[in-house]
Amino acid sequence: MTPGPPDHGPSPTIWPLGFAVGIAVALVGLIINPEWIASIGAFIAIVFGFLWAREATSEMRRQVPVVRAEVREMTPAEAAALPPAAEGEAAMAPPQPGERFPRSRFLEGATLGLGGVIGGLVTVPVAGFALLPAFLDQKGHEVDMGPVSAYPIGKWFIGTFMVDPAEGEVSRRTAFIRNNGPVQNNVPSFTIISNRCAHLGCPVQANGPTGAILGEKNVTEHTKNGSILLRPVVPAGFGCPCHGGQYDTEGNRTAGPPVRALDRYAFDIKNGHLVLLSTYSVSHVVGSGGQAKIYKYKPAGPGQHVDGPEQWFYPLQPPHH
Amino acid sequence: MPPIRRSPTKAQIRREQALAAMTYPLDWLEERSGLVGGVRYFLMRKVPSDTNWMQTLGSASLTAFLVQAITGVILAMYYKPSPHDAYSSIQNITDHVFMGWLVRGMHKWGASVFIILMFLHMGRVFLFGAYKYPRELNWIVGVLILVLGLMEGFTGYLLPWDQTAYWASVVGINLNGTAPFLGPWLAQFLRSGQEISGDTLSRFYSLHMLVIPGGIIALITLHLYLVIRLGVTSPPWSKEAAGAEVSEEPAPLRSGLTRPVAHGSSGGRD
Repeated sequence: MTPGPPDHGPSPTIWPLGFAVGIAVALVGLIINPEWIASIGAFIAIVFGFLWAREATSEMRRQVPVVRAEVREMTPAEAAALPPAAEGEAAMAPPQPGERFPRSRFLEGATLGLGGVIGGLVTVPVAGFALLPAFLDQKGHEVDMGPVSAYPIGKWFIGTFMVDPAEGEVSRRTAFIRNNGPVQNNVPSFTIISNRCAHLGCPVQANGPTGAILGEKNVTEHTKNGSILLRPVVPAGFGCPCHGGQYDTEGNRTAGPPVRALDRYAFDIKNGHLVLLSTYSVSHVVGSGGQAKIYKYKPAGPGQHVDGPEQWFYPLQPPHH
Repeated sequence: MPPIRRSPTKAQIRREQALAAMTYPLDWLEERSGLVGGVRYFLMRKVPSDTNWMQTLGSASLTAFLVQAITGVILAMYYKPSPHDAYSSIQNITDHVFMGWLVRGMHKWGASVFIILMFLHMGRVFLFGAYKYPRELNWIVGVLILVLGLMEGFTGYLLPWDQTAYWASVVGINLNGTAPFLGPWLAQFLRSGQEISGDTLSRFYSLHMLVIPGGIIALITLHLYLVIRLGVTSPPWSKEAAGAEVSEEPAPLRSGLTRPVAHGSSGGRD
């Protein structure tokens, strides 16, 4: 082999092609058959990716040959010119006793070590203070929505309320509420849909006439959560003004970008009052009203899938109330 | 015949004395800090003779950032980052504080100017190939500055605390929340809890006026240091850089990171 400039270009290889095919199969599989074809594609991508990485790094992993330093032998004349080893000054001072751990190195270590300890003592509480409060003590709120008698059976209301009156307007929320009437065993049933869009959290509006157009009056209930405004509405569905997501009256997505149905509020009846509890997420609802089968999930943020293979992207939710 | 040396006239002496009096403070500073020499080195360093107006976009971005920093500091004197007062304090700045409308307008429109200039500067660097060896690190630092600049835009948008600000931030935070795996955690950190609250506003305010600007200032310092160390690139059409026009001096050899001395960015002090 003639010596020349080393060639650093990659050698031709087939592995990236196989990797790309694997990715393509996985992506197509996600659409047609997430369980089998996507898994096969992922398997192909992982195998070829491994082989590709192995080949690409083979140069780096090769053992470095041991090269001995070149030594030039002294000519006899040069050797004769040197003084005998026993004469003249020593080429190097003899090692001082006790210098195995010199003072300078101790000070260096002490400075870095103490500096690290002090830095850690300051950083840990500060970083904890910056990060943790957002995740600890996420308290739920119960919202008293007024007496059940304020909700005639089968009628929709747009309920506007403050979750925490002490916090003020920033805690104002809206829910679409319908009294479905008692179901089996006389258990009361309410459909209470959060107006937070399942796409990116904009306020969903009811598609239909409200208040004056219906010839009905808004109702204001005064409870321990302040004043609760109830506006009668006859919705054909719900729609989001931001990006056009549309839902039916059970909150199922009918069009647009949302990834699931609208969230719902859990509720309770306390002393004859309707009380809203925490929200939960819903993938879809089959049926309607009191007979609806609601596919419930833990609360997830807008835009996050709760079912299908996309739910794997959100395996761990931060603490919720 | 020896040259005739005339003693200086009174006017000449007076001029010299005046000059010494004027430069005395600078000399005092230079002797104790070396700052004057440093600033002179920074401002008077040699650049390729065929640089053009496109290469002022970086300085323009820096100027836009300084405008944001100064107007922002002044706005912070009147702005109140609490859910009860934020909106009314902005109305107060706009309608009642003397020239408040102007400073707020400069900050609001300057934000867009800053982002646009950064993108133009980035385009210039890309088209001139000025990101290539040995300047790759400066490209990376620049990208980080751009990212921090966009984060400034995101956090600043909430502060007027009106409907647009509120809902745009809701959407923006939820967009972050859809990122795989850590997205929900990031969104909850930004929100400072499970729902948007007054804490979100103070958090965005702190990020907007302390954390992110601090990061930008640090990165701009590093960016400028690298510009000075590595020198300014010639435009791609430069005949001088291509060696077509040979100067009278013999062309110096390239060695390591330094460019030819003729381009004046050898890294050493003049």
